[in-house]
Amino acid sequence: MIKNYDVIIIGAGSIGVPAALAIAQKKLKVLVIDSLSSPGQANNKKAIGGIRATHSDYGKVKTCLRSIEIFSSWKDLYGDDIGWMSNGYSFPVYNESDEKNLKELMKIQHSFGLKIKWITAEEYNELVPGINTENLKGSSYSWEDGSASPLLALNAFYFKSLEFGAEYSFQETVLELKPEKVDSFAIVTNKNHYHTRYIINAAGNYAREIGALLNIDLPVYPDNHEAGITEPVKRFFQPMVVDMRKRPGSANYYFYQNNEGQVVFCITPDPPITGIDNDATSEFLPLCSGRMIEIYPRLSNLKVRRTWRGQYPMTPDGFPVVGPAPEYPNFINAVGMCGQGFMLGPGLGEILARIVTSELNEADEKILKNFDLQRDFSGMEKFK
Amino acid sequence: MNKNRITEHPILTVPEQEEITFYWNSRKLKARKNEVISSALFANRIKIFGHHPKDGSAQGIFCANGQCAKCTVIANGIPVKSCMTELKNNMIVESVEGLPELPELQENPNLKHIETITKAVLIIGGGPSGLSAAIELARYNIDTLIVDDKSALGGKLVLQTHKFFGSVEDSYAGTRGNDIGKLLAEQVRSFKCVEIWTNSTALYVFSDKKVGIIKDGTYKIVEPKVILNAAGAREKFLRFKGNTLAGIYGAGAFQTLVNRDLVKPAANLFIVGGGNVGLIAGYHALQAGINVVGLVEALPECGGYKVHADKLKRLGVPIFTSHTVLQALGEESVSAVKIARIDKNFQPLAGTEKTFACDTILIAVGLEPVAEFAEEAETAGIKVFSAGDAKEIAEASSAMFNGKITGIKIARELGFTKENIPDSWYEKAAVLKSEPGKITCYKENISQQDVYPVIHCRQEIPCNPCSTICPTNSIKIAGNPITGLPYYEGKCLGCAKCVAVCPGLAITLVDHRLDNEHPIVTLPYEVKNFRIEIGDELICTDIEGNMLGKYRVIKVSDLKANNHTQLIKIKADRRLADRIVSFRIQKDKLSTPAIETAEKVRIDETEMVCLCERVTAEEVLKLIRKGITDLNQIKAITRAGMGPCGAKTCDNLIKQLFRQEGIPLKNVEKNTKRPVFIEVPLGRFAGEERGDND
Repeated sequence: MIKNYDVIIIGAGSIGVPAALAIAQKKLKVLVIDSLSSPGQANNKKAIGGIRATHSDYGKVKTCLRSIEIFSSWKDLYGDDIGWMSNGYSFPVYNESDEKNLKELMKIQHSFGLKIKWITAEEYNELVPGINTENLKGSSYSWEDGSASPLLALNAFYFKSLEFGAEYSFQETVLELKPEKVDSFAIVTNKNHYHTRYIINAAGNYAREIGALLNIDLPVYPDNHEAGITEPVKRFFQPMVVDMRKRPGSANYYFYQNNEGQVVFCITPDPPITGIDNDATSEFLPLCSGRMIEIYPRLSNLKVRRTWRGQYPMTPDGFPVVGPAPEYPNFINAVGMCGQGFMLGPGLGEILARIVTSELNEADEKILKNFDLQRDFSGMEKFK
Repeated sequence: MNKNRITEHPILTVPEQEEITFYWNSRKLKARKNEVISSALFANRIKIFGHHPKDGSAQGIFCANGQCAKCTVIANGIPVKSCMTELKNNMIVESVEGLPELPELQENPNLKHIETITKAVLIIGGGPSGLSAAIELARYNIDTLIVDDKSALGGKLVLQTHKFFGSVEDSYAGTRGNDIGKLLAEQVRSFKCVEIWTNSTALYVFSDKKVGIIKDGTYKIVEPKVILNAAGAREKFLRFKGNTLAGIYGAGAFQTLVNRDLVKPAANLFIVGGGNVGLIAGYHALQAGINVVGLVEALPECGGYKVHADKLKRLGVPIFTSHTVLQALGEESVSAVKIARIDKNFQPLAGTEKTFACDTILIAVGLEPVAEFAEEAETAGIKVFSAGDAKEIAEASSAMFNGKITGIKIARELGFTKENIPDSWYEKAAVLKSEPGKITCYKENISQQDVYPVIHCRQEIPCNPCSTICPTNSIKIAGNPITGLPYYEGKCLGCAKCVAVCPGLAITLVDHRLDNEHPIVTLPYEVKNFRIEIGDELICTDIEGNMLGKYRVIKVSDLKANNHTQLIKIKADRRLADRIVSFRIQKDKLSTPAIETAEKVRIDETEMVCLCERVTAEEVLKLIRKGITDLNQIKAITRAGMGPCGAKTCDNLIKQLFRQEGIPLKNVEKNTKRPVFIEVPLGRFAGEERGDND
């Protein structure tokens, strides 16, 4: 039997689940298909949970500002604790060129109305007591940024979307996408046949493969990152600490103390390790702990509990690809989140819902322009 | 010295230890030098080490094996696992109340380069199978590294005070487990090609074919050609109301406290599970001067060897078969246990509940292999073998033999030998791990004249010391040379060597030569703290503990002779002499159900499945009933499995909940396992060099 939907989302992750919620809230018949066994089992659960609006471009800034509204009001609105904390982000700098770049960037951020300020090394030491202040020039501090539990948040979105009538099918793999009339598709999976008016490609690591089913070339290439989490202790520092310097073997790394009191940390290998490989390597722990202890020696007695490996589905310029495909206006990409799917998800989910209900506003159009597939990908993000 | 110390033991030597001082929540207390913090606390009658940040529940010892973090305390300002951290003189130890604070550093850590070491063979686990394999590898001079997380080699052999079964030739049958451990360790230490790292835990076999190991507090990377996973087994836990009170833990933890650290963690013990582990733990408790109030086993018969069960029954410990534990009672620590009879579907029968006062409940409901290192090695593409309990749960005698076979297999794999393993070895390996056979009746062919051994061994188990030791070769084995039942045929000199050697204490000697009507019966005995003297009147029992009347002791052998098995001679009655095997030592009163206890204490109805993150069965059931079949989603929502132990305990309990709900496990998505095996301070991965005990 062929099943009919208004919207079928491919991928029950950081983007697919909040999108399903927003679409179901608009009373459309929506199905989410995922090849794994439950929501968020690919890269969502690998995310460390940082959420910031302090990016450098209109698209990400506006999307994440809306995400922060959703994350921060969720508990009051629906009652579930998703671990939201407004603990802020900080980018401590240890050399003059980074200081200069960061201060330049802050000007752009202020122009978007973002709450971010420069603080001195002494002030920073109060926020992150015991931080290495040798050569510390100061830090940016954006106190309205924050964090939440990707695990709790995604499950909260998932259960809420079920209440609004969204449907999910797990352990199901999409095999074929067939354009039918101008505004509909047939989908063949390993289990079912479907008809749908819209398809949303939220397939994360596999976005490129899904695009290829319609001969759409999506420049999304996953690379591997490893992360870890410690035992919980009483809260001893506030913001996400992002050290953006490069060292042999790694680019930036970052860590924060989550709502449970556990320190979560992650590092960007340099050069990137491309592909999809979830098996842990012996390199990560020495690489990341060495850098963390250099900047924050106090962490040395904190016990590491678990580590894991996940992917950033990267685009060439570090910005996502979101919006209707030029050849197929009812095939909508929401891909290439470059490791920021969790923070972009709730905001993007609403925009995706407005695409399928033709309710896009001016701001949405402006955001989507930044994320346009047909943009020039040679530009690079200012600070990732 | 502290009251909760074992000061004398029939088997173990109690060493003279220097006394040191420490502080527990500002109280000045005494301890023994070189002991771990948890044992020092138990010796000072402290069972509660802190309270959980989530629900304020009392925390204390659970695995005593470094695997969980339930025993965490703050030592000199730093949260540590008390079961793995040596106490230092004047150490300031505090309970963990809620989340601990991370202290500020006194000085910046001194970071060094992390050493990478290549080895032909890495053996994870220095227990019976790992050591036996190392001995074979050393025959070919193969560059081998053994890592073991304890301070002494021998694995769980170190904790075994009883004489071993198995075969004399292949697995030291008749010798006590702790002595076997020492023999193997000595042998392995004599080889130059075998490097030994104690206090060292393997953390993970990474995908780049490297193994992360924390060596006595310093992080090392080892690159082996072959890995032998000889990491043993972990104990399963059980779901019942009140299962998280302090004083509920595994039999392995108990044996560590009692037989390694010589502390008395309990006064009155109740045991859940009648496999060999539970039965032996009960016997060890009696040897340590701890009362065993009772033992429940869900099946109609104990799964362990009949000789082990009988030893307990004869000394006066009731074994309740077809019973289950319903509930642990107590405020923060156990003060009583409630059990009930169960029907054939394992459902409790109303009206059969009994409550017993006790202060500790041991859970001995089975073991499961520590399989993760082998799985990780396979993923990484390193050739890996498993031996001992890590391969298949069986007796240590079997572990030694299959360790030996595996050692030769590894030597073959590395091209050091073309030696073939004879088929007969595999047959023997199968025999050594065989389950106990059915129980047979006595053979009624005893002459009741002169002197002769009475063999009370009525169940086929792999064991043969009696037939090996008899100087006139008059104890023979029917059928299979190891598992067959022994019988007496021939000439008895009355030397009683068979009585002293039998691991099951199931041979007696009946001597009619002095007085045909009142023969002298020689009985084996191993519980020193309940001292037997000449002239005592003993309530004698048959093999299963049925009372046969009172008889007087006429001779008691020296404790040190006969490998710590005392021989007690009693003057018996001709009619019953052949049936007497032992005598009661424990009073009936101890095991009399208490009626009042249940009402006196707060009733905790919680059945916990994840002790680390305090997740109840009810919370998980709610999700299962919503249709969730992915253990990872249950983990994401409840945090069950996200704690320090890494789902080592809750995984099984949650799977049981699925089965209970009628969901076959093949429809349940498995929990993803990730590094690291145990929690390790971040600084160590950065190359900080520090002994864990500094």
